Amino acid sequence: MSRIRLEIRIVPRPGLLDPEGKAIQSGLQSLNYTDIHEVRVGKILLIELDADSTQDAINQATSMCQRLLANPVTEDFLIKLHEDSENSE
Amino acid sequence: MSSPQSRPGDPQITPELVSEHGLSPSEYQKILGILEREPSYTELGVFSAMWSEHCGYKNSKRMLKLLPTKAPWVIQGPGENAGVIDIGDDLALVFKIESHNHPSAVEPYQGAATGVGGILRDIFTMGARPIAVLDSLRFGDLNSGRVRYLFSGVVQGVGDYGNCVGIPNIGGEVYFDKGYEGNPIVNAMCLGLMKKDSLIKGEAEGVGNLLVAVGTATGRDGIHGATFASEELNEDSQSSRPQVQVGDPFTEKLLLEASLELIHSGYITGIQDMGAAGITSSAAEMGGRSGNGVEINIDWVPVREPNMTPYEILLSESQERMLVVVKTGHLKQVQAILNKWELEADEIGCVTDDGLFRVTEENKTVAAIPCLALTEGCPTYEREGKESPEIKNLRSKDLSHLKIKSSGYENIFLDLLGSANISSKRWLYNQYDTTVRTNTVVAPGEADAGVIRLRESNKAIAATTDCNGRYVYLNPRMGAKAAVAEAARNLVCVGALPMAVTNNLNFGNPLKSEIYYQFREAVLGMSEACKLFETPVTGGNVSFYNETSSTPIYPTPVIGMVGIIDDIKHLTRPFFQESGDEILLLGNNTDELGGSEYLYVSEDLVAGEPPIVDLLAERQLQHSVLSMISKGLLQSAHDLSEGGLACALAESAFGNETNPFGVDVVLQDRLEPIPLFFGEAQGRIIVSCKKHSSNQVLQTAKNHGVPCRLIGEVVPASSGFRIAGRTVSVELDIETMSDRFFNAIPDLMNQKNDP
Amino acid sequence: MKVAIITFPGSNCDYDLYKCVQLIGGNPEFLWHRDSSLGKVDAVMLPGGFSYGDYLRAGAIAAMSPIMAAVKKFADHGGPVLGICNGFQVLCEANLLPGALLPNTSLLFASKEVTLSVENNSTIFTDLYESDRSLRMPIAHAEGNYYADEETLEQLEEDGRVMFRYLGPQGKPTNESNPNGSANHIAGIINTKGNVMGMMPHPERAVETILGSVDGLDLFKSLLNHISASKKV
Repeated sequence: MSRIRLEIRIVPRPGLLDPEGKAIQSGLQSLNYTDIHEVRVGKILLIELDADSTQDAINQATSMCQRLLANPVTEDFLIKLHEDSENSE
Repeated sequence: MSSPQSRPGDPQITPELVSEHGLSPSEYQKILGILEREPSYTELGVFSAMWSEHCGYKNSKRMLKLLPTKAPWVIQGPGENAGVIDIGDDLALVFKIESHNHPSAVEPYQGAATGVGGILRDIFTMGARPIAVLDSLRFGDLNSGRVRYLFSGVVQGVGDYGNCVGIPNIGGEVYFDKGYEGNPIVNAMCLGLMKKDSLIKGEAEGVGNLLVAVGTATGRDGIHGATFASEELNEDSQSSRPQVQVGDPFTEKLLLEASLELIHSGYITGIQDMGAAGITSSAAEMGGRSGNGVEINIDWVPVREPNMTPYEILLSESQERMLVVVKTGHLKQVQAILNKWELEADEIGCVTDDGLFRVTEENKTVAAIPCLALTEGCPTYEREGKESPEIKNLRSKDLSHLKIKSSGYENIFLDLLGSANISSKRWLYNQYDTTVRTNTVVAPGEADAGVIRLRESNKAIAATTDCNGRYVYLNPRMGAKAAVAEAARNLVCVGALPMAVTNNLNFGNPLKSEIYYQFREAVLGMSEACKLFETPVTGGNVSFYNETSSTPIYPTPVIGMVGIIDDIKHLTRPFFQESGDEILLLGNNTDELGGSEYLYVSEDLVAGEPPIVDLLAERQLQHSVLSMISKGLLQSAHDLSEGGLACALAESAFGNETNPFGVDVVLQDRLEPIPLFFGEAQGRIIVSCKKHSSNQVLQTAKNHGVPCRLIGEVVPASSGFRIAGRTVSVELDIETMSDRFFNAIPDLMNQKNDP
Repeated sequence: MKVAIITFPGSNCDYDLYKCVQLIGGNPEFLWHRDSSLGKVDAVMLPGGFSYGDYLRAGAIAAMSPIMAAVKKFADHGGPVLGICNGFQVLCEANLLPGALLPNTSLLFASKEVTLSVENNSTIFTDLYESDRSLRMPIAHAEGNYYADEETLEQLEEDGRVMFRYLGPQGKPTNESNPNGSANHIAGIINTKGNVMGMMPHPERAVETILGSVDGLDLFKSLLNHISASKKV
């Protein structure tokens, strides 16, 4: 068992209206960042867990996302190893 | 007494360190006298917090003693976490107003949110369930992007916190004036209801009883928040963001339920929220009130950050925490209640008999100070107060030469209706849940005061917050009287008898003689009015040092007033009900324009003598309106304030926009049109009644010695709005007026904001 | 009618719902989210509020509570379930209703009275309403923007499972009168079996004249009637 840190990125599904993203884009434009095409707002969850292997940790996280962390109707998720995770195996 | 040993790593006490802690050399001398030795660093921190302006009220206490605080219906006056009045049917109303100005200037969302959190805790710590909140806000000019940023942040903070905990917002006020640029005022008032005999105090009773910390773990938030609140703001304040506390309304809701359950369980003897100066103030105050001592073992306090020193733990202002005094042998039952609500309860000390505030770390004493020295022993000062000659000049400015602008009366009227101070605040209160708990009978925007019905009886509670800072600025004593008078008028207009007051005194730096003058005069004015109106002051808050780059805010003594409607069927609203109803004016019009919204909007001027307040006449006015309401004579009642008669008539005509009316009013006064239509003379209320009732209305007014006359009629909206004086008549269509009134703030807020 | 009102940490409209059920002659009881069994109840109601502070997503954590397994089973067996505001969010997260509730497009909390159409008055919750009746009741939410993919929306409309829509002053839905941007101006929906309904507005706040509207009463009375009738059978 090793301590693994995962970074889970939860983002709105493409095509979904993102009013928060639009409001932020508008705010940036008023600061003269006029070349912005799109802004979408999501969240990052940093999960530290003990698992037999990196793959095992990722499998667990996938299941977590499917069951609770992401709403499949409106969100997609992406799991990766966090940079300061101990490397196992 | 046991002396603390020196802690490795603690800085040496030097005069600079003492001064950084906000203590003057003479105050430090006092500390030496009390302890008969030098204080430890931890003790210095404790004194610094407890003797700060915010906790110790050192520059205000002496003046506040002049306020009337007693009446047969007052169960608890100043000195506890909130005031309490008897409202009959074995029920007690608990209420208080508090400020969170400095944090809101630095981080508006969290500053406002945690302000709401703090006042809620002050209420439920007495054993009362919060039933309503009101907010009283002041900002700079809304045309500024920065002001819009502060405004929207504060409103979102107030809303998100109150909505999440599930307490309805029933009213409040917001003012925009350059005088508040850089120093927003965020005052939050809360009302709570309880059975009279359930009142619990914040006292550390019963030697040997346990001190238990309940709620969230302690972090480094807001250390010296109390001291921060006792300083002026400057450019460095922006970089002081880490000092701002972050609130968690979800935890607060759980804490509320758990606290009420604890209080009714019989397992505890005292409870107090940890607000400004956290564990220190709650423990010291509880000890001080009971005459007992408290001992805190710092190692037992649950912390959420590593390596916290006793100094940090004692002064942390982490939110959503309570200090509970648990009867010996009942800790497990208390923990069971807390665990059910997914909260922690940790024993951190006990009640002792030596009167000391003692703190230990790994069995070594780090602080040992008599509790009373921290509370009662805080030095109090009466300062020199001298009126500023500039303001004196401003007050005596001759306004009679002002010429009417070429744009004409109609445009002036529309500008007033569309001014940020007069126009509809819907943008704001549509962000507040106003109906949760299904007791709100009058929500914001629906009448002159918010109203909550009582399920237990036919009664209802009404509440309002009021203060016109410009009046107080120009004439502090008169302006303070005006604030109390306006609050009382607002209550009687919904049919409530004014009962008691909580006040939030927002001022600049009291060490400046012109500010202390404002403070002293305002307290005297408030005192005079509260005495005459029989509305004792049951407590409140003082917020000093509201200045940026040495420019102080307008002195703003916010009055939070509560009243009782003896039978909900007497509830009266300010909106006209039917065409053909007659409109009557109670009180007299005058030529006074000083401090008016008209002057600010049309001339960009805050000057002149504010309108005179005749307290006796106000009292008679209050009684006459209540009498008319109890006889069922009135269709509507609305008090006059900013924008004067024309704006008040317009507000009564618009209603909530879905069913507007028109107005046809003719005035015979020998007054210039501007003061006649837009002057803000005090002591006036407009009422409407069915034709067949107007004689009775006139007679009732006469019986109370109140001037009253018929001025016009309610007409269909299609007939428009007309107000005519002897020489000038202003006519507009309702739709144009209503459009300006309801859309002014939304239009402004849809522009960009710059943080 | 025995009604279980499920309370989660952070629910704050539970008391209002309790009083409302009592008002119409029902027999309400609070059930804590950690209870694993409903006991014998005739209906289950999920109240409004901020369960778990709306953390992660509104209703997401509450949907995983121990009691929800029992609620799902109850619903599968045809038991009536009503979710109001946060309750609606929980039902969607628990997959007892399709779709999801997103933040209001204004990004602001919306607290005001709305006018609703009754789109389907043949359900156990709505058959006391005449089809042309419009209802006035308050909303108070920051995440009431109903969303479902095109296919789901089409199905909902085809099946007549949209229960309420936000109306404008002319009696028709409009973008200006839609307080949160919800798809097709949807304010409430029902499941295919017709026993699980979710809605964002608060009918339990519209049951006394003194509060401004009594349009919510018939919703609860409809349910009461159905339960009483089914017991007589």
